[in-house]
Amino acid sequence: MSERPRTLYEKIWDAHVVERRDDDTCLIYVDRHLVHEVTSPQAFEGLRAAGRRVRRPDLTLAVPDHNLATTARVGADGRRLPIADAASRAQLSALEHNVAEFGIPYIDDLAAEQGIVHVVGPEQGFTLPGTILVCGDSHTAAHGALGALAFGIGTSEVEHVLATQTLQLRQSKTLEIRVDGTLGFGVAAKDVILHIIGRIGTAGGTGHVIEYRGSTFEKMSIEGRLTIANMSIEAGARSGLFAPDEATFAYLKGRPMAPKGADWERALAWWRTLQTDDGARFDRSVRIDAAEIAPSVTWGTSPEDVVAVTGSIPDPDSFADPAKSEAARKSLAYMGLAAGTRMEDVPVSYIFIGSCTNSRIEDLRAAADVLRSRKIHGDIRQALVVPGSGLVKRQAEAEGLDRIFIEAGFEWREPGCSMCLAMNPDKVPPGERCASTSNRNFVGRQGPGARTHLVSPAMAAAAAVKGRLADVRELVG
Amino acid sequence: MSGVTAVEGGAFPLGRANVDTDIIIPAEHLKTIAREGLGRFAFETIRAEQGNVFDDPAYAGASILIAGDNFGCGSSREHAVWAMRDLGIDAVIAPSFSDIFASNAFKNGLVAVALPQAAVDRLMEVARDQPIRIDLETMTVTTPFQDRFAFPMDPFRRDCLMKGLDEIGLTLESEAAIAAYEARPEADLLRPVAVA
Repeated sequence: MSERPRTLYEKIWDAHVVERRDDDTCLIYVDRHLVHEVTSPQAFEGLRAAGRRVRRPDLTLAVPDHNLATTARVGADGRRLPIADAASRAQLSALEHNVAEFGIPYIDDLAAEQGIVHVVGPEQGFTLPGTILVCGDSHTAAHGALGALAFGIGTSEVEHVLATQTLQLRQSKTLEIRVDGTLGFGVAAKDVILHIIGRIGTAGGTGHVIEYRGSTFEKMSIEGRLTIANMSIEAGARSGLFAPDEATFAYLKGRPMAPKGADWERALAWWRTLQTDDGARFDRSVRIDAAEIAPSVTWGTSPEDVVAVTGSIPDPDSFADPAKSEAARKSLAYMGLAAGTRMEDVPVSYIFIGSCTNSRIEDLRAAADVLRSRKIHGDIRQALVVPGSGLVKRQAEAEGLDRIFIEAGFEWREPGCSMCLAMNPDKVPPGERCASTSNRNFVGRQGPGARTHLVSPAMAAAAAVKGRLADVRELVG
Repeated sequence: MSGVTAVEGGAFPLGRANVDTDIIIPAEHLKTIAREGLGRFAFETIRAEQGNVFDDPAYAGASILIAGDNFGCGSSREHAVWAMRDLGIDAVIAPSFSDIFASNAFKNGLVAVALPQAAVDRLMEVARDQPIRIDLETMTVTTPFQDRFAFPMDPFRRDCLMKGLDEIGLTLESEAAIAAYEARPEADLLRPVAVA
């Protein structure tokens, strides 16, 4: 008797069921747990209050990222510079204290390997195909690029995983997003995911795990896949998966925490089975032709407010749903924009290249390609490049990318979450407009009153040169 | 955590769609290492608006929030739920919730009730001057006008909410099953290589 064809998601799920309850809730084993300073202090406090220990410190990895300043961390005298903000300092020191008390492996803020958790996990080979990986951060979805079932959890769940290495979950529905064909010139992975979110909406993936399939993704680099999986949450899906392939294995081989020698071969044999079977059913499918995707930008305060850079701001009255019209009117009032304005006529004063979405080496290369021998526009008040990790920074410096950014007028910073979320010193001031490679354009996301336009790294660089949202295709090639 | 079988009281008729977690509690306020005290920052940007429901005396002391589609989208920050609890909110009614928010709400005894848009619209009207009752036993929302809306709820979550169960304690009862899972021969394959 042949087995029922299963999706990749079902295979990973089935391999992690510890116990199945009568009502279909399953106790699911967690192979990997990334911890950072913001969503963990209350979880450790809970463990202490209940006298519980961390069940598997060896499957846990902690790294600070959200609160860190991205300016120099060590003074001229070689001593660590203090964190200016008292609350940030307390949260970072709570993490240091907690990892020491509970024996959790820790990459500290001065280590070369430090970076944004979602950059560090893949880079260290902590993230592996077929694993279930969690972190108290919604962008954990990123790790799905390597074929890990990865999702963000709240602090109560962080505590639950620390104490039990499991979660009580119900199986999600599956959503296939299939993109086939060759991407047009100047179209990046970021444009693909923005286009997808624009198409299915920010609640389009709610209750589902996405599997990204099709020839466009098969040809895409791991960095590109990380960008796409990362923003699955912006489409409402807790997780987004790519089936692991030769590109995945080549990316992982030799990474510090990945299996070695005979273990690598055994792992590889299993990873090669991690494909959706022919004939397996998805609950929903969306098909997109790669040729229809243009370099994209957001115009509003939701990641689904997407338009091609060559397009214009839609008229709120043009939406069929009155709630959408009302939301669009509110968005445009906040953004200080009028319907009908061409996106390329929208001026920007801040540029942010970074975040767990777009801070990897390939992202920095794409931006540097646009900036080579160019200067940022005189209207730009601040342009930041924040590498996703110390290793990305080092690699970029070895390639001379830092010189290109600095000569263009960018600030070359230390790794961290930076201007993505306004909880460290990097913020966009009220009323200022930022072309940002981050993932959320919510009201106040980059600072109270800040206005965000989400773009790819090359498009952010183009905006920096032009002082307005700009079509990168006019600057390269 | 104590169990909850019903929530009854006034409701804030907020009603907008896609209320994200940055709206519920901006990142600036996530630097705390406690769960308490976040209520005063809850919905900060909405509360800066003239005539917002949270500061309208008509809704003072409300324990229910009525909102639009996709409530709680965005980040995984449980601070959003803690802030709402601290503000005195015991339940949210909306057409849909983001997955992570719904999970976080449940862990903190915040009752998240999903009802069709038409029912939510009706409750928005009722909330202007009348209380609303959410009953977990019968899984219904009722009003003094004889409205009665049935809502679905995951049986495990409902049971935990009503009994106020400690989920970690519950899971630890499965210790033997977890240990057996960890003892499978393939388990060591997935162990990360320790880095010095």
